[in-house]
Amino acid sequence: MAAGATGGGSIASDTYAETRNWLLMPAWLILAVLSLAPVFLMLIYSFLTKEFRGGVIWEFSLAAYDQFFFDRGLFGDEPPKIEWTYITIFWRSIWQAGAATLLSLVIGFPTAYYIATRPAHVRPIWVFLITIPYWVNLLIRTVSMKFLLRDQGPLNDLLISIGLIDSPIHIVNTDFAVQLGLFYSYLPFMVLPIYAAVERYNFALSEAAADLYANKWVTLRRVLLPSVKSGVIAGCILVFVPSLGSFLAPDLLGGAKNLMIGSLIEEQFKGNAGNWPFGAAASMILLTMVLIILMIFARQQAKAQKAEG
Amino acid sequence: MSAEHSIAIDVKDAVKRYGSFTALKKISLSIMDNEFFTLLGPSGCGKTTLLRMIAGFEDVTEGDIFLYGQEIANLPPYQRPVNTVFQSYALFPHMTILENVGFGLEMRGKSKADARKRAGEMLEIVQLSQFSQRKPSQLSGGQQQRVALARALAPQPKVLLLDEPLSALDLKLRKAMQLELKHLQRETGITFIFVTHDQEEALTMSDRIAVMSAGELQQLGAARDIYESPRNMFVADFIGETNLLEVSVDQVVNGRAICHLGGGHELTCNQVDGIDVGSKVHMSVRPERLFISQEPTESESLKGRVLDNVFVGTDITTIIDLADGPNFTVRTSNSDRGNKRIFEPGNEVYVNMELGAARLLVD
Repeated sequence: MAAGATGGGSIASDTYAETRNWLLMPAWLILAVLSLAPVFLMLIYSFLTKEFRGGVIWEFSLAAYDQFFFDRGLFGDEPPKIEWTYITIFWRSIWQAGAATLLSLVIGFPTAYYIATRPAHVRPIWVFLITIPYWVNLLIRTVSMKFLLRDQGPLNDLLISIGLIDSPIHIVNTDFAVQLGLFYSYLPFMVLPIYAAVERYNFALSEAAADLYANKWVTLRRVLLPSVKSGVIAGCILVFVPSLGSFLAPDLLGGAKNLMIGSLIEEQFKGNAGNWPFGAAASMILLTMVLIILMIFARQQAKAQKAEG
Repeated sequence: MSAEHSIAIDVKDAVKRYGSFTALKKISLSIMDNEFFTLLGPSGCGKTTLLRMIAGFEDVTEGDIFLYGQEIANLPPYQRPVNTVFQSYALFPHMTILENVGFGLEMRGKSKADARKRAGEMLEIVQLSQFSQRKPSQLSGGQQQRVALARALAPQPKVLLLDEPLSALDLKLRKAMQLELKHLQRETGITFIFVTHDQEEALTMSDRIAVMSAGELQQLGAARDIYESPRNMFVADFIGETNLLEVSVDQVVNGRAICHLGGGHELTCNQVDGIDVGSKVHMSVRPERLFISQEPTESESLKGRVLDNVFVGTDITTIIDLADGPNFTVRTSNSDRGNKRIFEPGNEVYVNMELGAARLLVD
């Protein structure tokens, strides 16, 4: 038996590899058609010339990238200066997405920890409850959020009726409203990976830390957090990345002055006023930034894993 | 507090309830300074619960726990000067071996350098110095076990708690670690409280043993006393092998009871406290206290027939059927086999024991 298996080894593994490749075809196909092709299309469009009523002229041009980074005056004949408008929008998007991610982490971590420490048979119920809002369309959820937060909305009414404030706090059309909206949109993406990590966590480690004179705070910082780090990082990525490109929450809750990159891109493709190559270029810049951030994370993960052996 | 024989851990009327389930029913026991003390019992008997209450991982429903006279039942675990060796070792996977062992020292306010130095010394004691920069996952089970031990001993706890620390090791390693632990306990002078379900392990290592069952203390005493004078049926059955037979008490003379085994066989048994004449009770006699002969001897002799011989390495176990009576298991050591005759199945023989080898038990 053993000798036969070794003798036929190379042939068997060839067919194995072949079968595997065939079975992986649907996955490759989905990846190619649904992920890579649109990105590739976007890349091409970003280097084309804009048609004034939307759409493109098939002529190579760097105008879109130039417009993003440089200001050449109203008629395009002045010496180029750095264009801060879009960089500012980018920077604001990063800041908003970062704040929303931090908010999600601060609320999501205890939530995930709580769920993971319930008895095994009630955990799925909690996970289910966390995902229930996702059955409702994101647009409707965001509009509802606006309704809740507005000056005459239930939140302000409640705060006034219990005497905490005298006049309504203006929340809608502030940065904070956008952060709240993003936080609410993507919270489960923070909770679920952390929950999965905490559920795998060996709680005897926390006991061991307490046994060795570490109080709860030190135990959290030195033992629990390092052990569930992968879940925390996954959660942060899953909240940060879509927040960065999101346009619903900024549009509806942030008002016109708090434009974010997602809204900027959206506008370029909407109606007849848009600039497709510019929208495509902004998308490519956003994509590049996200990729850089992910690569930094991935490299750190790999380094940590290597150190752990 | 006197230096000698002071009480390290004093458990007073400790009760532990989980909802309607009572895990510990009013346990009281005192563990002496510098003692190797074992909590022994089958799984679910409450021994680990008691250990975890001493460590501070479980709160005490009722009762008190004192550590050298200080009430500790309401202190969080990180304020109790006791350390635990966990069954799963619970080594911190993201820290090196050295960081693991130094963790408790650092938490007690030692500087990083001091903690490292002392941790290094501890690793030398358990002979793992060369692994100090590795991560726990790179060590074998036995090595991890020794790291867990070094980590728990490093902060010099007043009491060391060990929760079935050897159960994951293979037999040979386990035997070696038993001796090493015993040795370490004598050297450090730290009180060890050891939890196990393995009665042989308990007998090998302990100064004193508390046998527990169903949340109750069954017997507390020196290892030898528990083995030779089990107080009740549970202890006799749980510790070692024994012949456990139901007998009826015929009469009590001079502190000994003459009992009927059935089939007309009679036997004189020890330990008559709480035994009524005419009652049916259980009797225990260890297989190694029995010997087989061709003819009746001057000791207590019972006539029977050999059913079977089982070779178990160091011993031969012979099963003997008394005519119309119960079966006896007899253990004959292989050490001096030249002098002993092995009786074949079917042989008519006598089972003998010294007076007092058979003990009556309260249920």
